[in-house]
Amino acid sequence: MADVDNKALFEFLVRMGDNTLILGHRVSEWCGHSPILEEDIALANTALDLLGQTKMWLDYAGKVQGEGKSADDLAFLRDAWDLRNVLLVELPNGDFGQTLMRQFLFDAYHSIILGHLLKSSDDEVRAIAQKASKEVAYHLERSADTVVGLGDGTPESHRRMQAALDYLWPYVGEMFETDDIDRAMASAGVAPEPSGLRADYDALVGRVLADATLTIPEGKFAHKGGRNGYMHTEHLGHLLCEMQWLQRAYPGCEW
Amino acid sequence: MSNETTPSRSEWPLWEVFIRGQHGMSHRHVGSLHAPDAEMAIKNARDVYTRRNEGVSIWVVEAKHIAATAPGEKGPFFEPSESKVYRHPTFFDIPDEVGHM
Repeated sequence: MADVDNKALFEFLVRMGDNTLILGHRVSEWCGHSPILEEDIALANTALDLLGQTKMWLDYAGKVQGEGKSADDLAFLRDAWDLRNVLLVELPNGDFGQTLMRQFLFDAYHSIILGHLLKSSDDEVRAIAQKASKEVAYHLERSADTVVGLGDGTPESHRRMQAALDYLWPYVGEMFETDDIDRAMASAGVAPEPSGLRADYDALVGRVLADATLTIPEGKFAHKGGRNGYMHTEHLGHLLCEMQWLQRAYPGCEW
Repeated sequence: MSNETTPSRSEWPLWEVFIRGQHGMSHRHVGSLHAPDAEMAIKNARDVYTRRNEGVSIWVVEAKHIAATAPGEKGPFFEPSESKVYRHPTFFDIPDEVGHM
């Protein structure tokens, strides 16, 4: 394993794990509610993939932290201010188009960063990336196709997809923020600096959104505060209420 | 058998799904699903029918393109072969050296 400050490594790992934890929970909210059976199962598969990745990231985070905490402890017993997911993934599902647009905007970033993590200097990070990158390649293929299908679909589906993009785009920038933790990870060869991934991201997302006949908003403003824990949106607390309720009400409950 | 005459307004077309399993030589019909086009039908088949690592290959075909026997023709079509045992090669002794056939 690379010579790296454990505190910084822990932060990096919970950033990865909280993204998949919170998005996985959000996507799971569709289970049983999707417009058609096929999409329902596809979304449930995605949610389960993300949950599986969460377990790997947070298990490793707990080990690095050295306080004997399991992935479950980290997932269910931290409050909003301790979570390190980007704001994008905690935003509400909205309509099906908004859910799929959010998924696509995250999948594109996710697939790019996992591609770099395949070459991480940290053995465990590399192993997690190996498993996750295959799953995420499929997530991206599926969400990109759906974004194109709905964006370049009927007038109503186009309108809804453009509205989703307009709403979500200001949350994209946070994924490419680079701070001291990212620089520490980059200099140890554990992970790339997020800012360096932006060009690939813009090329990929630009291509798909052009196919989808959608227009990327011009504004450069980016909402921030999730991945550094400064300030999450109001939506995260509500999500945690539901996700953590059982462990909060019945501590240590297992089944 | 064709449902081309009754296009549904908002329903996606029906696709039949065939999957070749890990150890199988041929694709087997596993069920059906709805999808807007062939590519999505394959993706949906992947998500609906191969969640437990069932397959190594997927075929989909739009249900309306399958020509099938009519249930009413069952008698003339299939029953005549019932009484023709000589069509089964069970009257020959196969030498042991031949092994599994």
